[in-house]
Amino acid sequence: MIKSNLIISIAHFLRGIGHRMISRVWRLGAGTRLFLLTIMYSGESFRRFHLTLREIYFTGVMSLLIIIVSAFFVGMVLALQGYNTLQKYGSSEAIGVLVALSLVRELGPVVTALLFAGRAGTAITAEIGLMKTTEQLSAMEMMAVNPIARVVAPRFWAGVISMPILAALFSMVGVLGGYLVAVPLIGVDSGAFWSQMQANVDVRADIVNGVIKSVVFAVACTMIALFEGFDAPPTAEGVSHATTRTVVISSLTVLGLDFVLTSFMMVV
Amino acid sequence: MTSNIVEIDNLSFGYKGRLLHKGINMAFPRGKVVAIMGGSGSGKTTLLRLIGGQIKPAQGKVRVDGKVVHEQDRDGIYQLRRKMGMLFQHGALFTDLSTFDNVAFPMRELTDLPESMIRDLVLMKLNAVGLRGAHMLMPTELSGGMARRVALARAIALDPCIVMYDEPFAGLDPISMGVICGLIRSLNDALGATSIIVSHDVKETFIIADYVYFVADGVVAAEGTPHDLMQSTLPFVHQFVHGEKDGPVPFHYPAGNYQSELLNQQL
Amino acid sequence: MERTKIDLWVGIFVALGVAALLGLAMKVGNLTSNNLGKTYSVSAAFENVGGLKPNAPVKSAGVVVGRVADIKFDSKTYEAIVNINIDQRYAFPKDTFANIYTAGLLGEQYVGLEAGGEDDSLKNGDKITQTQGAVVLEKMISKFLFSKASESESNSEPAAATPEN
Repeated sequence: MIKSNLIISIAHFLRGIGHRMISRVWRLGAGTRLFLLTIMYSGESFRRFHLTLREIYFTGVMSLLIIIVSAFFVGMVLALQGYNTLQKYGSSEAIGVLVALSLVRELGPVVTALLFAGRAGTAITAEIGLMKTTEQLSAMEMMAVNPIARVVAPRFWAGVISMPILAALFSMVGVLGGYLVAVPLIGVDSGAFWSQMQANVDVRADIVNGVIKSVVFAVACTMIALFEGFDAPPTAEGVSHATTRTVVISSLTVLGLDFVLTSFMMVV
Repeated sequence: MTSNIVEIDNLSFGYKGRLLHKGINMAFPRGKVVAIMGGSGSGKTTLLRLIGGQIKPAQGKVRVDGKVVHEQDRDGIYQLRRKMGMLFQHGALFTDLSTFDNVAFPMRELTDLPESMIRDLVLMKLNAVGLRGAHMLMPTELSGGMARRVALARAIALDPCIVMYDEPFAGLDPISMGVICGLIRSLNDALGATSIIVSHDVKETFIIADYVYFVADGVVAAEGTPHDLMQSTLPFVHQFVHGEKDGPVPFHYPAGNYQSELLNQQL
Repeated sequence: MERTKIDLWVGIFVALGVAALLGLAMKVGNLTSNNLGKTYSVSAAFENVGGLKPNAPVKSAGVVVGRVADIKFDSKTYEAIVNINIDQRYAFPKDTFANIYTAGLLGEQYVGLEAGGEDDSLKNGDKITQTQGAVVLEKMISKFLFSKASESESNSEPAAATPEN
């Protein structure tokens, strides 16, 4: 009796795992389909660009403050920590290189994407989830207006346009923050700070690659946020779970993609 | 051209193997107000979604203006939907747009009318539902009854031939209910449209409907004019129309033996 | 076209982004210093290039006069062939001496040019014949240790001999 109960519970457990795996794969497929449909119905978001412009305002402009403040602090911390280590080897002038390379290659795109997922991604998921819950998307369909063209695509392109801009701002403001700590505070020579940086940061290998990274992250983060909203069960609980999933999945995807992209770029 | 603008022919539809509709036949003549009634969960709203082509039937056909809905491609369905207006249960107003922009939405999306003409049309539609003065309010600033009226103005924005109402009376106070009731009838006659009302409010529906279908257990249980149905001796119709607690529709959801469940203390 | 407040904000946003990108390219990166203008190319064979990389600076008297274009390996002579682009404004004599130096003890490596005395100048495609490769730290340390060891050997004999005198 106990033995058969055990077997049943193990079978139940395994079935649960299988069921979850299948639903993950199903969601991946559905997300990809939404992505392709979004690309297909993107015409309108450019023909009526004010729709996209509005979303750039909400995803990009409204994220400016959090991006700039975070970047400033990240740059300052980098300079402090970097100085601590570099001075042991007597090369504290290399602090500019350290700050710039960390920001341009990694922290700029990655931290921007993480903040974007938390700030704009959740807003997108919650908004679309609620539009679905309150039948606004259904109403749009019944009016012969395609919700993917009218609601999803403009938000997608707004995200893809906003994120590289935000990432570039993050890197630049971070470097300025690092400068503020390194030069006036610690007393590193200003000329050495910039010249070492310029000698070691390559426009193509570092800056352009950073921009490429942030474009890829933008596509991933925005699409995840849109899909979670679109796929959310039409209940309060469903929308709240979808919002949480947006942050979790976006963060993991960004970090995973970062590894893949970095290893690709290393080879080149 | 047939006299019925919408015809439902031996329609079956189900979710996950459980059939919700089992061979439904209905006809909606032009210019009439036709009601579909039935208990909660009898698939009334699903019928509207089938007419709108949002879901596909398992069997049978829905014809709108002579065309089979589920055989149309995306563009075909969109062409058909331009002839329809739908009032959703909770209005489904776009919460990021003002009352004016909500009513203007279908005109801006689907037509190339100049903005000045759209302005006049929107004000006319809002005036028809008595809310011209509220054109600058946001949906969150409207009461439930007002939101429903704005949604009605939006549903008739492009002068559709078919107007569908999903539970238009649910959750309204008696005054708003009376207002909506009068509006549905007067707009139907003014537009020359066909109205399909899905509702479980017997009193209001019977006032405005020309013809009523009763749906129960996935089939049309009874049909007729409101007057006929009031006199009906069919047990189900009698229970529904007079709002009796128990009858052919049982009070209890199907369950196991009450006594044994209590004694064994397990489910 | 109606102008709205949102347009203004998005405009500011995009302008900030462009400014940041330009700042990154000009101030942080080396887009400006990379522009050497017109250059001519010369090559030099080194026994060992150490950690020299393409795009490393070429300096003469401490001034950047060019950049390393590429580094190849010659399988016949077993030497490294380094191609260098030098700014056309600067002419160097044919017998110029090319060294690989390290900036600081652990810093990056660069090519240093020391002008010779000939009248003819290097032209595009010429080869610098006098070169000195990079100093490899291990070699230097082992050389130092050997010389110390031999020094102490040669020192110890006379030292042992002295007391007898």
